[in-house]
Amino acid sequence: MDTMPRWADIALIPLINLTLALLVSALVIALIGENPAQAMGVMIRGAVGSAYGWGYTLYYATNFIFTGLAVAVAFHARLFNIGGEGQAALGGLGVAIVCLSVPWPHWTLALPAAVLGGALFGAAWAAIPAWLQATRGSHIVITTIMFNFIASALLVYLLVNVLKVPGSMAPETARFPEGARLPSAYDWGAWMGFGRSAPLNVAFFVALACCVAVWVLIWKTRLGYEIRAFGQSEAAAKYAGIRPVRTIMITMLISGGLAGLMAVNAVQGEAERLVIDSVQGAGFVGIAVALMGRSHPLGVLLAALLFGALYQGGAELEFEMPAISREMIVVIQALVILFTGALDNMVRGPVEGLFRRRRKGAT
Amino acid sequence: MTIMKSLFGATAIVALGAAAATAEPGLIIDLGGKFDKSFNESAYNGAQRWLEESGASYRETELQSEAQREQSMRRMAESGANPVVVLGFANASTLEKVAPDYPDTNFTIVDMVVDQPNVQSVVFKEHEGSFLVGVLAAMASDSGTVSFIGGMDVPLISKFACGYAQGVKAVNPDANVIVNMTGTTPTAWNDPVKGAELTRAQISQGSDVVYAAAGGTGIGVLQAAADEGILSIGVDSNQNYLHPGYVLTSMVKRVDNAVYEAFEAGAAGEFQPGIKVMGLDNNGVGWALDENNEPLITESMKATVEETKTRIIAGEITVHDYTTDGSCPAY
Amino acid sequence: MTAPTHTEGRPAAAAPSQTAPAIELRGISKAFGAVQANKDISIRVERGTIHGIIGENGAGKSTLMSILYGFYKADSGEILIGGQRTDIPDSQAAIRAGIGMVFQHFKLVENFTVLENVVLGAEDGAFLRPSLVKARRLLVDLAREYELNVDPDAKIENLGVGMQQRVEILKALYRQADILILDEPTGVLTPSEADHLFRILRGLRDEGKTIILITHKLREIMDVTDNVSVMRRGEMTATVRTADTSPSELAELMVGRKVLLRVDKTPARPGPVVLKVENLKVTDDKGVERLRGIDLEVRAGEILGVAGVAGNGQSELLEVLGGISDATGTVTLNGTPLDLSGPRADGRSRRHAGIAHVPEDRHRLGLILDFTAWENTGFGYHDLPDYCRGALMDQTALRNDTRGKMERFDVRPADCWLHAKSFSGGNQQKIVLAREIERNPDLLLVGQPTRGVDIGAIEFIHQRLIELRDAGKAILLVSVELDEIFALSDRIAVMFDGRIMGERLPGQTDETELGMMMAGMDGKAR
Repeated sequence: MDTMPRWADIALIPLINLTLALLVSALVIALIGENPAQAMGVMIRGAVGSAYGWGYTLYYATNFIFTGLAVAVAFHARLFNIGGEGQAALGGLGVAIVCLSVPWPHWTLALPAAVLGGALFGAAWAAIPAWLQATRGSHIVITTIMFNFIASALLVYLLVNVLKVPGSMAPETARFPEGARLPSAYDWGAWMGFGRSAPLNVAFFVALACCVAVWVLIWKTRLGYEIRAFGQSEAAAKYAGIRPVRTIMITMLISGGLAGLMAVNAVQGEAERLVIDSVQGAGFVGIAVALMGRSHPLGVLLAALLFGALYQGGAELEFEMPAISREMIVVIQALVILFTGALDNMVRGPVEGLFRRRRKGAT
Repeated sequence: MTIMKSLFGATAIVALGAAAATAEPGLIIDLGGKFDKSFNESAYNGAQRWLEESGASYRETELQSEAQREQSMRRMAESGANPVVVLGFANASTLEKVAPDYPDTNFTIVDMVVDQPNVQSVVFKEHEGSFLVGVLAAMASDSGTVSFIGGMDVPLISKFACGYAQGVKAVNPDANVIVNMTGTTPTAWNDPVKGAELTRAQISQGSDVVYAAAGGTGIGVLQAAADEGILSIGVDSNQNYLHPGYVLTSMVKRVDNAVYEAFEAGAAGEFQPGIKVMGLDNNGVGWALDENNEPLITESMKATVEETKTRIIAGEITVHDYTTDGSCPAY
Repeated sequence: MTAPTHTEGRPAAAAPSQTAPAIELRGISKAFGAVQANKDISIRVERGTIHGIIGENGAGKSTLMSILYGFYKADSGEILIGGQRTDIPDSQAAIRAGIGMVFQHFKLVENFTVLENVVLGAEDGAFLRPSLVKARRLLVDLAREYELNVDPDAKIENLGVGMQQRVEILKALYRQADILILDEPTGVLTPSEADHLFRILRGLRDEGKTIILITHKLREIMDVTDNVSVMRRGEMTATVRTADTSPSELAELMVGRKVLLRVDKTPARPGPVVLKVENLKVTDDKGVERLRGIDLEVRAGEILGVAGVAGNGQSELLEVLGGISDATGTVTLNGTPLDLSGPRADGRSRRHAGIAHVPEDRHRLGLILDFTAWENTGFGYHDLPDYCRGALMDQTALRNDTRGKMERFDVRPADCWLHAKSFSGGNQQKIVLAREIERNPDLLLVGQPTRGVDIGAIEFIHQRLIELRDAGKAILLVSVELDEIFALSDRIAVMFDGRIMGERLPGQTDETELGMMMAGMDGKAR
């Protein structure tokens, strides 16, 4: 049935997609009169050429792992959770409340509590659209995207009116107390060359653990089996006694919880306080990451690393080559998403044909 | 892991060491962009002036989002820039966190006080400058109603509004001062459409001079005022040229001087940590008069405002600073 | 040229020679990966005949027709239409060549009218009105000529399947098709609708049209065709005149060996009542009463066959008993009442109670096509202790169990890692049956057990059901194939319009009586 070997599906096609995207990006850079080779060099060196770059690349990747897993889990139940942005924002609120309300003696205690807080708030924010989908049939794409706006407005209100430090002008919470700050890469990875600046923190390992957990959940547990069966065919799931409302709710709670966990990295790990727009679009990047990673945790991990590198490389490019504006970098990132996500079939068809011809030649 | 280690070790030193030797100053342009015709542009102009006069070079980067502050600041410090100038109060908490990590780098923050041994905090007496343009507004107004549009609703902007209102009331105690803020988040600095909307609302309440202290939002305010045929007052940079004949004056806040001096001090090795206050006395703030607004300013207006300025510097007039107690006697 | 009507010739095949066959295929071959779907197929379809193509599932009939209709491109071979070599790269080209296709699953726009559907894709210009006027005139003509009566202004969603099929034929005729291909056209029809269809087809033939009828029902071939071609495993095994052959000969050509059309079984020894259904009512979400008070019982050790034309409530009956949809009334299993609504009216609770269910539509309900065979073997039973280790699934146990089931049920290929979609229909059905039967249920619900299943597998499946009966289990069999009902049932209940029309013993009735009951007439009254 399958016309391609698995390695080609998993590695070759994304690689070709990526190369095409970079070629077009190079063309665009050349068009604005900059040297594409130099720009690519800056991007690659900036992302993975130094411990400084790795610190940021992995930090961004951590965000994308969480949001990518969130989207991927929902995908398995054929639920399109566009609400990662809002769920992660609410997760930030949960993390901030946990970190600020208790005088944590040590981060080892604060981390599990923050994980719980972030996941709970993210899940709660996903629960409402999930409930509407499960019982009223309101389309989850519409409701989750609306909940992004509500989340953003809610956070602005809370940060401006409730959580702002009295006397401060910036709409942000107080900095978390010492005991709630997560060890950064400098604390545990200085021997690898990470400097004080590295935003990479232990949340990265939480993200890796989540990848494993999601893999076990989806492919090894009964619940995952039910989620996948429900995603493949709701009618068949009913036949098998898999309850739709329950499955939708649980899946979305897990999805929202994973999105909420992003705050452990961004809010607790890096900023150490809750600011406005702490998610920075990672919720949406998560969609691209899940698509590119084919909703498989390993794929999500690799795609998240790629996007992390693109983000950090982009920031570096902007810094080193001011002629390439921020908008240009967004164009490059968008090209990668376009080629790897939307135009996947454009490459897949010819490559499949190639393999078919080769196989025919062999037999 | 060992491969990663050697990779990290080798490249990190090369990448970061190369930049450190040059020690150029660095400027981080805040949200709104460097051509906001206001706060950021003023800073940019200061850097450009230093560039032309010194013949040296400097590093510059532009913020795109709130959450980027830390990375930009660190990146600037890592690249070896010294001193690093950051603009705006919103950077305070980030700088508080970042500055201790780079004890050898000097930072200058504009508009906010950060108490660190390697940070210089530049604050302006915006209330004094605003008082002067308030005096002009009251004298130019026929309706006896003038207005103020702030960007983000923070004490700093209320400081502008309060100084302005005091100046107005000093000339015309019965005057009506309308005060509006554009929003409560940093997006309020860059929302010209909302600015224009607020201006029209104020005009319908009778205002005939509007003072904008709102960054990029002010562009919309000045535009709407010119469209509706009333007078406006610009802020930070000299904005008189934007709509000649309609911009009464501008409350210039010499962010350019602050940046220029920070760069200059850095190059000369004379960086001074601590608080630096810029007011009327040291030309940190002031009112703008040029060929664009000359026809609007009568001799008596000019005389009055210059006299007021002298008296403020001399301490004969005390302008209340809103941020000291969070209240304003004029409204 | 005046405005074209359906009677005018096509430009593409102008002046075809009268002696040339309507269609001739020469050496057509087509492979999908390693599977040779069509192997060197040559066939001549004479003008003005009804030509049947018969074969088991997976014999390659549909592939061949898809090549003819431009969905697939043959790897080798050539197509001659009216004696001229013709390339058919897509369905537009097929239509230009005068070929019309009526699919098994209709391709109609539900909320368009008949007229709009007929015109769709063949509009004469940017404006719809001239096409509609022309189509209306044509529809009236066709209705008169061929008994193709359809209300042009009816919406498709309000029409029965028989009517919808006529719309498909009208669509083809409107596009001036000379050659009409029908893929399993009677699968969804009542016997009288099927008869009507055959009258239409004969009428079309007598007008000079050529008709290709794809079916797996021997009786239809014998009834209506002039010539018949038999396909087996991608090859064309024979083309004969229908008058010169017999059903048993065709069946032999199809499967390559003699087939038992009747199942050997001993008389049933019915035990106590296992399933008792009283006054069961179901109203669908459109407010239509689909079950109007069903009463029936099934005893241990017997097969109750439920006959009826599709759409008369049999599906609803199975879904209610299987816990998929809600109902009112009383259902008891071994004397214990079952929940008909609420959280315990679901497939899981039914299985725990001892009911296994082989659904009518294995693609929609019985299997997850993108799951592997072993994953499908656990489907519905995934929470049973023998497949679980805590929250995890015991995949090793499940796979071992699947291998055993595949061997016992002769599932080919016996690879538990293959996806369900990679198996043929018969083997998919065996996977479902193995799963449900081997749970040793008190009651087995079976819907259309041999739909889309080849003859070899039919035999196997029938034997398994009889074995289960002989083991003292109760079986409720729903089938639209009367042959199957007769072959398996110990009692036969006939459903019509949501009611049980009556019960008969297989030895004391015949197909004519059941057919009348299925059409809503009391069989005794004839």
